[in-house]
Amino acid sequence: MNPEPVSRLEQILKQGEFAVTAECGPPRGANADVIREKGELLKGFVDAVNVTDNQTAIVRMSSIAACVHLEQMGLEPVMQMVTRDRNRIALQSDILGAYSLGIRNILCLSGDHQTFGSQPEAMNVFDIDSMNLLHMVRTMGSEGTDMSGFELDEAPHMFIGAVANPFADPFEYRVIRLAKKIEAGAEFIQTQCVYNTERFKEWLRMAREQGLTEQVHILAGITPLKSANATRYMATKVAGMDIPDDIIKRIAGVPKSQAAAEGIKLCLETIQELRELEGIHGIHIMAIESEDKVGEIVEEAGLLPRPVVEV
Amino acid sequence: MIVAEQKPIDEIKEMAAPYRKLLVLGCGTCVQTCFAGGEEEVATLVSTLRLAAKVDGRDIEVEGLTVERQCEDEFIQEAAESIARNEAVLSLACGAGVQAIARRFYHTPILPGVNTTFIGVLEKQGLFTEECLGCGNCELATFNGICPIARCAKKLLNGPCGGSRDGKCEINPETDCAWQLIYDRSKALGKLDNLKAYRPARSWQASSAGGPRRLVREDHII
Repeated sequence: MNPEPVSRLEQILKQGEFAVTAECGPPRGANADVIREKGELLKGFVDAVNVTDNQTAIVRMSSIAACVHLEQMGLEPVMQMVTRDRNRIALQSDILGAYSLGIRNILCLSGDHQTFGSQPEAMNVFDIDSMNLLHMVRTMGSEGTDMSGFELDEAPHMFIGAVANPFADPFEYRVIRLAKKIEAGAEFIQTQCVYNTERFKEWLRMAREQGLTEQVHILAGITPLKSANATRYMATKVAGMDIPDDIIKRIAGVPKSQAAAEGIKLCLETIQELRELEGIHGIHIMAIESEDKVGEIVEEAGLLPRPVVEV
Repeated sequence: MIVAEQKPIDEIKEMAAPYRKLLVLGCGTCVQTCFAGGEEEVATLVSTLRLAAKVDGRDIEVEGLTVERQCEDEFIQEAAESIARNEAVLSLACGAGVQAIARRFYHTPILPGVNTTFIGVLEKQGLFTEECLGCGNCELATFNGICPIARCAKKLLNGPCGGSRDGKCEINPETDCAWQLIYDRSKALGKLDNLKAYRPARSWQASSAGGPRRLVREDHII
């Protein structure tokens, strides 16, 4: 791809550091202070902050705008972009706009189906899929053209990411899909939250065997569990989530007041286990509405201080 | 076939309320096969509407007729006399049939009695499933006989999303994940390679996205 790193996240991964990213959900309103407060909690603890794009199909402040708010406070954003709500014309336009505003990392997804959201009566788009979106962003950067082949006045060079869910079915296809994402343009991967470490390791082993871990930086997903009820809810109601019974039992087995602390302890153990794995280049912490816990996790995991790099 | 479902009776009654002479017009093809608008459904609906009018103390004449296909002029003509002696037609045909009648009988109000849902099959007794979106450019050879455009909730053409679990779609545990089906069948046929190659963004020009479609057959023009 681009010989020179375009973002700090890319630089950190390229120099072989173990990267730390975190997720930050924009507010259900126009108040930028909400995003700034979350940003403050993450500052200094992570290398980049993912900003979700109307996650779970609930209307929120746009990812682009929230990215810019974070950028203005010195944080490096990863703009998430889904193909659910915009056709290829709007996606390309927003990528050009985001780049013009200084956004350099993008994570390409298809997006949660709108029937999960607050406005299930909405029409979806899905003109292209996440694979095509990866390909589009790469082509815009490397060829300097839009999807029609038109030469762009200035090409947006972005560090391109995709997601992977090793816990979804059919299992054997998950590695094929990872290979396809890399072929389409993915330079880094952020995975679904890892609780089932055995399955995760098996997926990683298969990816390693095919040489995929040499071609892409994989950041493993981490989400602290808050309570027994939340754990059960995630295990049964959240699409694409795999929480083994022994984890549910472990969280349910401690007094209610200590469940969140147990959840953090579990995170730290998982991070330790993941760090040892060949082919894992970082973690991505999705502490949904618990951004205040991120600093603690990163510190306790011994991942401070974060490297200082200039791009 | 085109699968349809009869509208709720209250909605039908409300639509039909302004008319004193009503023809319930069935269609003997797709909607008969899916039990929404064939001869039997016409007979039942005629009795229901007559009874409802009686209960409400309204004076209304309801007549029933079923033609072979409401989407073809040749069969539509058979209904001409019945239509002429009624104030309105409640058509139990699909949306194409309703519009074909409206086009032919310009001065007669035409009401839709069914909701046209999808192109599908009777998967098992009592269950119809959507199989085709009529996208205008069939790729079933690539996907080894299962269409992700019609059967994947996100129309994904490069593999399953992260919500595929135990063979089911994340948005409905009753719905099969199209990609699980594609994967299993491709594997059984020894054609997994079809699914390994990157598929570029699809052109939707031949689909409804390209505007109302016309199919010209020069060889049939007289």
